[in-house]
Amino acid sequence: MNIGTKPGTPQRQAKPAYRPPRPLGGRRRPDHTGQTGPRLRRGGSVLAFMLPALLVLLVFVAWPIVSVLRLSFTDASGFGQAHWIGLDNYRRIIEDPKVFDALQNTVQYTVLFTPVTIGLALALALLLNSPRLPFRGLFRTALFLPFMISLAVGSIAWSYLIDPQRGLLTYWLSAVHIELGDALQDPHLAMPAVVAVAVWKNLGFYMVIYLAALQDIPKSLLEAAEMDGAGAWARFRHITLPQLANTHAFVLIFAMITALQAFDQIYVMTQGGPYGSTQTVVMEIYDTGFKRLDLGLASALSNLLLITILLLSLAQFAFFRRREADVEAS
Amino acid sequence: MTAASNTVKARRRSSFGLLVLALIATVIVFLPLVIVLCTAFKPVSEVNAYPPTLLPSSFTWRNFQQIATQLPFARLILNSVVFAGGVTLFALVFDSLAAYALARINFAGRRVLLIAIVASLMVPFQATLIPVYQVVSHLGWVNTYAGLIAPRAADAFGIFFLRQFFLALPRDLDNAARIDGASELRVFLQIVLPNARPALLTLGLFTFVNNWNDLLWPLVFTTDRTMGTLTSGLTLLTGPGGIIPYGVMMAGSLVAILPLVIAFVLVQRRFITGIATTGLK
Repeated sequence: MNIGTKPGTPQRQAKPAYRPPRPLGGRRRPDHTGQTGPRLRRGGSVLAFMLPALLVLLVFVAWPIVSVLRLSFTDASGFGQAHWIGLDNYRRIIEDPKVFDALQNTVQYTVLFTPVTIGLALALALLLNSPRLPFRGLFRTALFLPFMISLAVGSIAWSYLIDPQRGLLTYWLSAVHIELGDALQDPHLAMPAVVAVAVWKNLGFYMVIYLAALQDIPKSLLEAAEMDGAGAWARFRHITLPQLANTHAFVLIFAMITALQAFDQIYVMTQGGPYGSTQTVVMEIYDTGFKRLDLGLASALSNLLLITILLLSLAQFAFFRRREADVEAS
Repeated sequence: MTAASNTVKARRRSSFGLLVLALIATVIVFLPLVIVLCTAFKPVSEVNAYPPTLLPSSFTWRNFQQIATQLPFARLILNSVVFAGGVTLFALVFDSLAAYALARINFAGRRVLLIAIVASLMVPFQATLIPVYQVVSHLGWVNTYAGLIAPRAADAFGIFFLRQFFLALPRDLDNAARIDGASELRVFLQIVLPNARPALLTLGLFTFVNNWNDLLWPLVFTTDRTMGTLTSGLTLLTGPGGIIPYGVMMAGSLVAILPLVIAFVLVQRRFITGIATTGLK
């Protein structure tokens, strides 16, 4: 995941308060370094500085975007000549129930993951933000720790914990009459289980984001409300929550994008099963593209994923743009 | 009893309640980590025993010896170090060079380039995996370190992140050096980089952790099990069907987790702050 928007406050580029007028004509104008320097030397060093990164990004990001689009209209299989087949791959996504299920499962996963993660993260952040809680720093570190641990490795541990015979959690829960049974083989429980593991891993990240935003809320606002007789709930409802609007927007979209990319714990825990109930889009891309070598179909799915995430990111940009404009207008 | 002492009591009680809540959350979050630690040292009979127990009643290293017979374990550790370390090293060098040019050198097309880089932030790697694999395969780099590292040797996020950091550094120092005739490379190496150490450290640790932990990437680019990473290698022992050897897996998991946990504990304060203020992920 890699969205560089700053949570809490919108990312904004520092604008100089005063921009000197550009001299007419002369290409050798002084740049911001205040130096007229020979243009040629600068040009040469720019190339040297940019070239390695640009080369990597061109070959491994820009070209693949073009390529995946093109592949999605072909029947490429990695062997022999690929033929142009128009929209057939996209038609197959809708018509093949197995592939379409992967889309539905991804939506289901996202709808489960996003609110649970955000709700728990906000609750924990509020808890850790309370000045009455001792050892706050320690708790913050402890609760953040799973974010450093591989989801694959975390999934192995959780699989053992909920193993039907040997699982400690299965055993403990059955003592209070909650029967997990063989959760990962149960079409109703497998999806919640793989979502839960992702929540476990990511919770600390969103908590830390909320915690930083909570600490940015001016104390004076809350104190003034308290003096006016606002109770804890009223303060939370009418001051804390609205003050977190930017963070909610950031976290919401970020969590959705994360959910759309689900793969690791599903690969480890269920392999998409039982009966395809946890098969997500990225799992399907992996299976069709790298196991069945149906590159065309896998590329069409990749494109759907790419476009969805692009739209979500653009929505995020638009949101912060608008808020920024609002802030400047007021 | 006075009203004041009542409030003090109420406060103390609520403080205790909060502490209990935080402890419950921590216990749940730590349960899988504790189970890894405990199971790694349990004999097989205890790992598979019913009723299951948390703490080992006898202590053994056998699981660690066993894993070396079931997986090319030493090789996997080496691969993880070379892959995650290699990506981190290259990305830090290439990203900081590009970020420097974007932040400090005025050149035609800078804005367009910056917009293109920010736009590519939105592209999830899963969506371009197939053509990236084709490129790597054309180059003959499948099952090589080059294939694992090269596609990630620079990344848009790192460039953008470092550029923002460089912009915030005062310009007086590098302008003074330029007036003294220093080349851009010298300004970069001797003035900007030393001042950017905190940003480089955060980005470096973040890149290392992400790659060390990644599963899909090594799964795709390595088909030979001696070229996989620790993370992808461990998953070879999982999957439906067959008894999963959890004792051995937990020993391997512990080795995969421990270096990151130690590194994290050492730099956690700065790292968490860095993440909270940039939305690094």
